[in-house]
Amino acid sequence: MTAVSMMVNGQHVSAEIDPRTLLVQFLREHLRLTGTHVGCDTSQCGCCVVHVNGDAIKSCTTLALTCDGAEVTTIEGLAKGDVLHPMQAAFRENHGLQCGFCTPGMIMTAVELVNRKGTNLDEHTIREELEGNLCRCTGYHNIVKAIGAGAQAMASAAE
Amino acid sequence: MTETGIGASVRRKEDFRFITGKGRYTDDINRPGQTYACFVRSPHAHATIDGIDASAALKTKGVLAVFTGDDIAADKVGGLICGWMIHSKDGSPMKAGAHPALAQGKVRYVGDHVAVVIAETWAIARDAAEKVLVHYTVLPANADTAAAAKPGAPVVHDVAPDNVVYDWSLGDKGATDAAFARAKHVTTLEIVNNRLVPNPMEPRSAVGDYDEGNESFTLYTTSQNPHVARLVLSAFIGIAPEHKLRVIAPDVGGGFGSKIFIYAEETICVWAAKKVRRPVKWTSDRSEAFLSDAHGRDHVTHAQLATDETGKILGLRVKTTANLGAYLSTFSSCVPTYLYAPLLSGQYDIPAIYAEVDGVYTNTAPVDAYRGAGRPEATFVVERLMEVAARELGRDPAEFRRQNFVTQFPHQTPVIMCYDGGDYPRALDRALELADYANIGKRKAESARKGLLRGVGISAYIEACGIAPSAAVGSLGAGVGLWESAEVRVNPVGTVEVLTGSHAHGQGHETTFAQLVSDRLGISIDNVSIVHGDTDKVQMGMGTYGSRSGAVGMSAIVKALDKIEAKAKKVAGHVLEASPDDIEFKNGKFSVKGTDKEIDFASLALQAYIAHKFSGQELEPGLKEGAFYDPTNFTFPAGVHICELEIDPQTGVVAIDKWTAVDDFGNLINPMIVEGQVHGGIAQGIGQALFEGAVYDKAGQLLTASYMDYQMPRAGDLLSYEVAVTNTPCPSNPLGIKGCGEAGAIAAPPAVVNALTDALGHEDVPMPATPQALWRAAQRAVTKAAAQ
Repeated sequence: MTAVSMMVNGQHVSAEIDPRTLLVQFLREHLRLTGTHVGCDTSQCGCCVVHVNGDAIKSCTTLALTCDGAEVTTIEGLAKGDVLHPMQAAFRENHGLQCGFCTPGMIMTAVELVNRKGTNLDEHTIREELEGNLCRCTGYHNIVKAIGAGAQAMASAAE
Repeated sequence: MTETGIGASVRRKEDFRFITGKGRYTDDINRPGQTYACFVRSPHAHATIDGIDASAALKTKGVLAVFTGDDIAADKVGGLICGWMIHSKDGSPMKAGAHPALAQGKVRYVGDHVAVVIAETWAIARDAAEKVLVHYTVLPANADTAAAAKPGAPVVHDVAPDNVVYDWSLGDKGATDAAFARAKHVTTLEIVNNRLVPNPMEPRSAVGDYDEGNESFTLYTTSQNPHVARLVLSAFIGIAPEHKLRVIAPDVGGGFGSKIFIYAEETICVWAAKKVRRPVKWTSDRSEAFLSDAHGRDHVTHAQLATDETGKILGLRVKTTANLGAYLSTFSSCVPTYLYAPLLSGQYDIPAIYAEVDGVYTNTAPVDAYRGAGRPEATFVVERLMEVAARELGRDPAEFRRQNFVTQFPHQTPVIMCYDGGDYPRALDRALELADYANIGKRKAESARKGLLRGVGISAYIEACGIAPSAAVGSLGAGVGLWESAEVRVNPVGTVEVLTGSHAHGQGHETTFAQLVSDRLGISIDNVSIVHGDTDKVQMGMGTYGSRSGAVGMSAIVKALDKIEAKAKKVAGHVLEASPDDIEFKNGKFSVKGTDKEIDFASLALQAYIAHKFSGQELEPGLKEGAFYDPTNFTFPAGVHICELEIDPQTGVVAIDKWTAVDDFGNLINPMIVEGQVHGGIAQGIGQALFEGAVYDKAGQLLTASYMDYQMPRAGDLLSYEVAVTNTPCPSNPLGIKGCGEAGAIAAPPAVVNALTDALGHEDVPMPATPQALWRAAQRAVTKAAAQ
């Protein structure tokens, strides 16, 4: 067992873990933050995307130990109290989810996309940037709409 | 229409928990003292098991047990069942091979369950599973649909020495032969409907729990129909009697059919919980899902369409071989038979149809219902034939379809179905207009100038949904009735809980069902809760599949609401001192006709429970009613999808640049949700046409067992769709609903392939039409053009 500590959603956490523990296992099994999901075993589906030091990463292929000292944000840490993040609100408003399983990863990817590429995102850019996220329910139509709207809302929120 | 009533695009009530990470899926559930299961799976497609040595695994620290088929047999755990009896042409019953939850003596596909390790942690279970030594004698594999029943093919089950599960037929052979005999033209196609893997994003998962004190079991599982799971686990597999077995299907992350079935893993988790006296959890990884979830489609078909000198269709003849995999999954037998051949009339008036279907065993994963289930396969046959026939006859494909549309209702087809209503020309006209079909020639010329091949493809689909009238499916071999149940509980404060036998796994029932109640009772949807997915809470129900939850599930709620209103009027009569016959219920208020005496719904609810105003003998206190609704007919959603695309013949890369969908779903409860269902269906249909294909090699190894190898449609592969509706209310249920869940997946594949073949100028294009396949097809097109 090896000690690890990190900031998760603004709270300091530390634990003794099996060195092979993946970040997603640490979040789900140790911290019971079950909003981050596992949809595949080849880093393809993006259900497990969280932010580590501001980057969107796939927590299913990241060892928890490599995040020692890092700042991690999961879907549970996105809203401010009862106030939804604009991207969360945009997913609901635009029916950007059905079963909800890919949704946390989609939203985390989308937020980081806006942080990286700005709030004026065209459809082509959004679709290309979703390369690492699979959804089987929506056909992406409303996810693309939601991300465009969420990006605009993030711009307004930042003003 | 109110803001939250029927017809309003209400934002979904369930979304808050999903967008904040507070959903509760099966793998999010952990029980005190929980252990973890890992399955030892066959690496061979076909082999005898000569011995299993679990000693090293059992010595591993943290391993509680290793179970094999012998343990299952010793406990008399019954085999997995197939719930729909199909008879062959000679009247003999289908040949169902035994399907034990852990293999006994033989494995029949890669991924077949040989043993299970139960351990303290997930990692220990996986480590120990690798230490279980299984001695196999490998046998030749039978993995090719078309060759599965050929003489000399390896035998999968001794009960079916020729690997034929059934040879079944539907329709009038004599009449069809006669129609072909007088035909002016016959169009013939050889069609392969590619094998798919459903791939809901949430992999299957199960937690089995045993309560020693009460001798009762709880199974948390990823199910579309928890009551059916309980029935099968209880009555057939014999885990426990139904009143000692609770099945909970909490939030479920998509199903698409694959979570209807009762699988080995869920069975073993609940059985093993009693063996080890601790909860047992298993969560599939994606590789396991590819190997062991029931697959879909996989047909090889020879199809012919006969027309007269005017282009009128005279007859249709179909011979299909359907791959059912290594074992018969829960509903596998009905998918290529009664969910397939009765749809072969499409939207068309076809006087004679004859279909023959051979279901065959192979050494591949079981094949069962996947979004559309039989209806996409039928639509693909019909719509490819229509397109090719039009081309061969020199007719415009749209006009050839129009000429043959059914226009009078009810319309009895020669293959069971009686279409109750619709307006097929209207959907076609609207789709042609939205797709700017009239100017396709100009756009093709523009593409040609750029060296690109542009094509347009039409698909005019029909499906039978609202599954299904129990007597009808019973007469066709179903082992269950396909009604649905509802209970409406009005609380003393006027809030309402609806307990439904339907199950939501993405469809948004918590919103749409609440809209119905809100509309009917005149209360806020915030005061309505939908309860589903727990056999201890909800009365027996049949679950969600076959686009049935609106047409059947909501109809059951309507029936229960009718009873609520009738009872409430009696209560109101006592409270307002009037005859119940004089009570009107409108906008959430009960009033006495012609007076200003009234009481609102919440106050009435309280009166029903305090019962001060009426004798408990004459009228029972309380306001709670249940109903079971058995549909009188299938419903028949139909529509026209048009795909326009461009192929680069140099690379084989295809770009779909316009998708037009015009669907007739009857009345809509929530148009936003309906559109979302259409989008998702189209994406899966485009996936089948262009990307997805489960491929087994000759040895029965699945070559496409991860997202690295099986191409799921991604956002960048797809486009935004133009979706419209032409709704004709369904005459067969109280809400006039037809169902929308499967339409896109049914309509899309032939629209894509018709567009590809239009662009290429020949019909030789396989599914999935990958860039390599299209590049080759484009080269053949060039060769063909040069030869002309």
